[in-house]
Amino acid sequence: MATIELVDVAHSYDGGKSYAVQDINLTWNDGVASALLGPSGCGKTTLLKIISGLLKPSDGKVLLDGEDVTALSPRERNVAQVFQFPVVYETLNVYNNLAFPLRNRKVPEDEIDERVTRVAEILELTPHLKRRAARLGAAEKQRISMGRGIVRADTTAVLFDEPLTVIDPHQKWHLRRKLKELHKELGLTMIYVTHDQQEALTFAEQVTVMNMGEALQTGKPQDLHHRPEAPFVGYFIGSPGMNLFDATPEAQGVRVGDYIVPLSQVPQGDNLQLGIRPEYVEASMDAHDGWLEARVNRASLTGNALMAEVSGAGLNFKVIVPENSPLRSGDTLYVRFPEENTMLYQHGKLATMEAAA
Amino acid sequence: MRRILSFLGMTLYFAFLAMPLLWMLSMSFKTTDEILTVRSFIPQAFTWQNYQTVLTDPGWRSAFFNSLLYVFINTVITLIVALPAAYAFSRYKFRGDHHLFFWLLTNRMAPGAVFVLPFVQLYGREGLGLFDTHWAVALAHTLFSIPLAVWILEGFMSGIPKAIDETAYIDGYSFPGFFFKIFTPLIAPGIGVAAFFSFMFSWVEVIMASNLTRTNARPLAVALTASLGAEGWDWGVIAAVGVLTLVPGAVLIYFVRNNLAKGFALGRV
Amino acid sequence: MKQTNQRAWFFLLPALIIVAINAFIPFMTVINYSFIDKLQGLPSFWIGLENYSSVLQNNNFRQAVGRQFAFSFLVLAIQVPLGILISLGMPKKGIGATATLIAIGLPLLIPWQVVGIIWRAFTRSDLGFVPIIFNQFNYNYDAALNSADAWWTVVIMDVWHWTPLIALLCYSGLNAIPDAYYQAARIDGASRLKTFWVVTLPRLRSVLTIGILLRFMDSFRIYIEPTMVTGGGPGNTTAFMSDVLVRQAQAFNFGPAAAMSLIYFYIILIISYVFFQVLTNAGTGSDQPQEA
Repeated sequence: MATIELVDVAHSYDGGKSYAVQDINLTWNDGVASALLGPSGCGKTTLLKIISGLLKPSDGKVLLDGEDVTALSPRERNVAQVFQFPVVYETLNVYNNLAFPLRNRKVPEDEIDERVTRVAEILELTPHLKRRAARLGAAEKQRISMGRGIVRADTTAVLFDEPLTVIDPHQKWHLRRKLKELHKELGLTMIYVTHDQQEALTFAEQVTVMNMGEALQTGKPQDLHHRPEAPFVGYFIGSPGMNLFDATPEAQGVRVGDYIVPLSQVPQGDNLQLGIRPEYVEASMDAHDGWLEARVNRASLTGNALMAEVSGAGLNFKVIVPENSPLRSGDTLYVRFPEENTMLYQHGKLATMEAAA
Repeated sequence: MRRILSFLGMTLYFAFLAMPLLWMLSMSFKTTDEILTVRSFIPQAFTWQNYQTVLTDPGWRSAFFNSLLYVFINTVITLIVALPAAYAFSRYKFRGDHHLFFWLLTNRMAPGAVFVLPFVQLYGREGLGLFDTHWAVALAHTLFSIPLAVWILEGFMSGIPKAIDETAYIDGYSFPGFFFKIFTPLIAPGIGVAAFFSFMFSWVEVIMASNLTRTNARPLAVALTASLGAEGWDWGVIAAVGVLTLVPGAVLIYFVRNNLAKGFALGRV
Repeated sequence: MKQTNQRAWFFLLPALIIVAINAFIPFMTVINYSFIDKLQGLPSFWIGLENYSSVLQNNNFRQAVGRQFAFSFLVLAIQVPLGILISLGMPKKGIGATATLIAIGLPLLIPWQVVGIIWRAFTRSDLGFVPIIFNQFNYNYDAALNSADAWWTVVIMDVWHWTPLIALLCYSGLNAIPDAYYQAARIDGASRLKTFWVVTLPRLRSVLTIGILLRFMDSFRIYIEPTMVTGGGPGNTTAFMSDVLVRQAQAFNFGPAAAMSLIYFYIILIISYVFFQVLTNAGTGSDQPQEA
């Protein structure tokens, strides 16, 4: 168990022409369950490999408990990694698979037996111990991979690279629950890489959203949801994601399309964007002063709410209304954007605000 | 340290590989007289004469052409026939498929010397009437090349998930449409590898090629044997022929190099 | 289900037909010959197993069988590990990869006669390079007169000729192993040797199977290359089974030749089958082939 820090980490695969990740300054505290969330190609796998030691970053340092381990191999860092598809040693049985990392370190056999038995119990692999690993299903094989990760006494952290990718949907929740149990029981630092926000938000206490090689925001899942610090974060998190509009500053607010949103704090400058989540848009079937009039193009059920796709004031956006709302396609809806739930961005980051005139 | 050893080892192997070839190359640039009298890697009297002899002689030229032709025909037939067969092995499970697979291979196990005689009958006037044609050799070679091609193709095909087939049907593709527009491009490396091995084993085969032909489809093997006269061999010319036989193969490797590098793990095993 | 099974057979049909015609008819003919006595000009008559017993009692044949086994297993024992080692050392990308691939593949693409001719030229006392080398070490190398020299020449020639097949197959097989396996082994702290044993070799199983089977079958039937180099000599030292067989056929002893061919064939078949079963099941502990 250890605190992991990345200091000014950047990595280029082609000698500096383009960077897979850059400007990475992140900290994972001892024992935290965290996630790296982002779309394919955002650099999360690269980052994971830098942390585990499979990759040496072009710039920057990796610290474990304050010690610079950038030059150390994965084995020396005692960091374990579970891969996208199950990796097992096919010629060995499950027991020997789990014992493999220990045997390579010349751990005495009785200690091996103790640890393997315990790990097998935690991961529900005990009935399979004598079977050849190659013959098990994908979900069991992933559990073996996880087992190899935690079987060592000195494991500092376990990294998961989209581990549920090849698992059947109906076994995913089982494995996810296992992971949470593992974390609770062993208290290891765990970093979970995924492009699936549901996986990230249910597993992690701390989530880092990445895009195009940059770490955009790190925080608790609720924080990312309520207060996304970058348009991409707002867009990526939440289902559906945040509505985003181009905005220009006005005296008493900002203009989006043909509508002026009244605000007490106004951002300055150009390249502004206004974001508001569909569920935070206040809506009413009755007209109100100063509200935006919009026409409902489509209303569909998502989960236990009704999502309306509306157009008005030159804008297209989504609004979430209560399930029992009688809203139908073609109806008129009146909406406003409450200031406390409105996010303003400039150049892809939170905008600086000034008091309105 | 390990790198140095590995480099050293590979260099030694390449030297071992290259020496007989270089010896032959150097012989091809010497006159037979010089070959028999002086022994050195560098020719003392460098000459193109041997190559001239071979490249201008209609006998040698037609021998090369004949060999290339039947090898080409063999490769084409093999691929056309092996592709559906491999698909069947890969996608369908049926009784005895494991054994049928092995049976295909058993056809490569017969020792050539005696088995060639019934082949001559089969392709001769009493049988298919194809004696002394390129088709005869090409078809006889398919006995060896089809099993191997099926093994190789099946391996590549098994690497393509069945989901792709199913998606194609849902998208409305007919089977031929699916097979040619979607499937074949996916297994292109496999086709390249199978073509390579078909070519290789057919190009180098001597017994069938010699016995199923006479003058029309006279291949390199026969031309070579004929030139190995009782009174001393014309080593210079033979060496030149030897060097020239390497060319088609080298060209082929170049074209399929990415396919070989793509990597395959033969699936049915 | 029945329809799909029918479809499978439909796909298999062209291959099966061509192979069956080429295999079945000649096979039947040879079997026929093996049971009859066919002398020049005289009508043939059935003599049952007499050909077989005469072959099995033929001393020449028995010694050739022994030699053949020794040869095949010796070359397999050298070519397979050597081929694997080479494939590990071959570069995977860039110009080096192409050049290496072509260089390694060359011996495979030489017509077998030419292989024999090259090695004859390379090793002959009056023409070759090899005797010169040996003379430097004060050894009188002569493949025509010295049995050991002849034997090892033929073995080394086969190694030279065929190791590339194993190397090429393994090269392809290696490229099919996903990186994640090696990464996992690194994380698990495995040494290079351990990684080879637990990750690489098992995943090479399928290419090695076809490689070993091909090599066994072809080396056991070897004919033209040793004939070109040593002509079977000195004496009988390098007279393998094909050599004995050809002499029989050339003497028009069709009956015994046919019987010998079939015995020859069945030896290869049985051993190949054993190889096939062992290699297919190695490391999986099951009868059915594994899904990838």
